[in-house]
Amino acid sequence: MSEGDKESSPWRVPSPPRSGTYGAVAIGASAGGLRSLTAILQGLPADFSVPILLAQHLHSTDEGRFADHLSELTSRTVVDAIDKVSIQPRTLYVAPADYHLLVERDGTLALSIDARVNYSRPSIDVLFESAAHVFGPRLIAVILSGASSDGARGMLVVKELGGVGIAEAPKNAEFPLMPQAAIDLAHIEIVLPPDRIAKKLSELCIPAQRALSEPAQHGGSK
Amino acid sequence: MNRAEREHIEIDLLLEAVFRRYGYDFRSYARASIERRTRVFQHTSGCATIAEMIPKVLYDEGFFSQLAQTLSVTVTEMFRDPFFYLSFRENVVPLLKTWPHFKVWHAGCATGEEVYSLAIVLKEEGLLERATLYATDFNDRSLSIAKEGIYDLDSLRKATESYQLAGGKKSFSLYYHAQYDAAAMDAELKKRLTFSNHNLASDHVFGDMQLILCRNVLIYFNRELQNRALGLFTESLVHGGFLCLGSKEELQFSSVRDEYVKLDPKAKIYKRTATP
Repeated sequence: MSEGDKESSPWRVPSPPRSGTYGAVAIGASAGGLRSLTAILQGLPADFSVPILLAQHLHSTDEGRFADHLSELTSRTVVDAIDKVSIQPRTLYVAPADYHLLVERDGTLALSIDARVNYSRPSIDVLFESAAHVFGPRLIAVILSGASSDGARGMLVVKELGGVGIAEAPKNAEFPLMPQAAIDLAHIEIVLPPDRIAKKLSELCIPAQRALSEPAQHGGSK
Repeated sequence: MNRAEREHIEIDLLLEAVFRRYGYDFRSYARASIERRTRVFQHTSGCATIAEMIPKVLYDEGFFSQLAQTLSVTVTEMFRDPFFYLSFRENVVPLLKTWPHFKVWHAGCATGEEVYSLAIVLKEEGLLERATLYATDFNDRSLSIAKEGIYDLDSLRKATESYQLAGGKKSFSLYYHAQYDAAAMDAELKKRLTFSNHNLASDHVFGDMQLILCRNVLIYFNRELQNRALGLFTESLVHGGFLCLGSKEELQFSSVRDEYVKLDPKAKIYKRTATP
């Protein structure tokens, strides 16, 4: 378990190359989450390209209506997540009602109908944990308004694997229980109202995005 | 190397051990769900690492069978996706009525709820007597629950709404007999049903079927195993027969897509093209 293996070993363990920008933003939302989500999506600049994965607790009869509704609120591409489809930039993937949404290491999405977690399917814990194992430090997880504690355990895994955790400030949330549970369990330091969450996401993602698209600044020669 | 990378290796080795020791191949399953289930099992088993599970799998058959149960169990419910059954009544039933007798393969039937749902629809459409239904799964424990057809009364009561949304024509409670907090499915529904063990990852085709249902099973497979299973279905299905998948499953990316026409893109009902 200890990360001190490197010190004690006489063999050099090569570390994998670090990729420039974040691989994904995973968002968990439940009761009262739509308002916060709308503020975040409308606050993101048009050139924000990191893909967004959303687990929003929905009624099982939703049949894609939530995704349709969201796409009317934002210029971003919003789709009901499809099994085994490659995650694309500039796209928001919504976990379909009655399915868990997970991420595979090859950058594709996966769905499951495994038992409900925290009485929920999709479960935010399932999305956060799975995305954390794939993206590690390249994941930003955001927990919004809700009346359950789904997402708290997942947020802990995100933090343990080096990802960034952000919570909606409970005093701004329509239902403070869910962000509060995640803050308490995973010791989230970044606690903000929704409009500031959008700003924070931009600050974290946009410079790295620009650096990637302008390699000359980094590369020295050429 | 970080924890996630190391766990990935541990799970590779665990699945390899399971396959080489017992012949069950979970290596071609959709990895994210297998990893989640493996971690869930690790926590309940009290093992500190996934690697610690490997010697136990190799030397302790009881431990393996508990692990296999966790890795292979699927969750289902009566009339899951009511719109599927509505579409089935509309698009498939009229054609089934043109056959004097037909065979149905329900692949990956899990604990059987959806097999009984289908039997109820066929009965209401006057087709049950003409049908022979084969329901298969590779998890023996799920299969024995399916065979018994005894379910939690609460979950059946909750399914009443789905039954009605699915176009149910009677009172759902006519189809089960409640006793205390359990209920047994009506014996008449079982008369045309045969349950048997079949593994889509390793077993072969299943005879000339007019209808195959395999719903929410393929999402657990990787592309290669999906293509294997879809190949089995295509070989087992007569020309003009029907294939019903889960509402988030597609033939679009598979090797057999040209063999089918889509009857209902939302309910994922496909018809095998009529001519060879």
